[in-house]
Amino acid sequence: MTHIVLVIGFLLVCIGFWGLMTRREVFRMIISFSLLDTGVHVIMVGIGYVRAGTAPIFDEALAVAGAVGKVVDPVPSALVLTAIVIGLAVTALMLSFAIRLHASRGSLAVDDMKELKW
Amino acid sequence: MMKRLIIILALAAIALGFFPLAMRISGDSGLTALATHYVEAGADELGAANLVTSVVVSYRGLDTLGEVMVLFTATTGVTALLVAGKSKSHKKEKDSEPDGDGRREGSELLATGAAFLFPILILFGIYIFLNGHLTPGGGFQGGVVLASAFLLLLFSDCRLELNHALLKGAEAISGAAYVAVGLLGLWLAGGFLDPRFLPAGEFGQLFSAGAIPIIYILIGIKVGSELTGIVDAMRRCS
Repeated sequence: MTHIVLVIGFLLVCIGFWGLMTRREVFRMIISFSLLDTGVHVIMVGIGYVRAGTAPIFDEALAVAGAVGKVVDPVPSALVLTAIVIGLAVTALMLSFAIRLHASRGSLAVDDMKELKW
Repeated sequence: MMKRLIIILALAAIALGFFPLAMRISGDSGLTALATHYVEAGADELGAANLVTSVVVSYRGLDTLGEVMVLFTATTGVTALLVAGKSKSHKKEKDSEPDGDGRREGSELLATGAAFLFPILILFGIYIFLNGHLTPGGGFQGGVVLASAFLLLLFSDCRLELNHALLKGAEAISGAAYVAVGLLGLWLAGGFLDPRFLPAGEFGQLFSAGAIPIIYILIGIKVGSELTGIVDAMRRCS
């Protein structure tokens, strides 16, 4: 089970990297980055999984005593929880860069941006 | 051809780096020592039923403060890139073109749906971050739900102007109050962002877990106003 999740996450990371390296348009690179981001999140949640574990939230079904071994690792969940929102904000920032680039050049192709080329 | 080869090689290198990591994780290894401590002692130490919330708000509270900073910086960047220096030219365009920048009005269905859903979404967002220490949810999720309510409203009415002073005020006050609560923890309890300066209350009730609900309410308001600001900046620039 964990392996399926890890493989899916890893595939997403690979697709993201591949897109970042091969695409020549800023907008598609942003989409690739989003895929990469999602892949990393999936991998992190997969790492925290414990076989037959449930969510680390105590209630009638899960007593505090003896909870170890019944719950998944709360730390990766906590990290991914914030990372998703941060990923959203960073994607929005990249998109606004893309909007400004398109407004000033009328193109989003990386080949048209020669200032920093060496 | 050469380039493609390099790309394939780079992907293979990533795969090789990842492979040993993936092989060691099986789900049978159980919790790490740190996670075991959180699960065993977290409920007694902080009194929050949701352990993920304990980790986000208290054990890794500094981390979360940093994440909120990143969010703030990204929002500032979006606003600076899209809105700054635009207001003048934007106004001129508006004068010459009175009907909403040539934007199409939202349909009747969307307008009615948005008017119906907006209060429910706001209520749901508040519920999510208010109960962050008891049920799955919290400030970040609740904030995103709040922002989605405003997104729906902006979709349905293209001439709607949000109150920017209110947005900025909510963001600034909640951010400052978050740090202030952290400092209160430093003075009255064990350390920065320690929520135990308020009574722990009864385990599993709404008023419990010290200052954790307060911090999550502040995070919820901050995330909600910031993401609403991003959505609004993107709309204003187009």
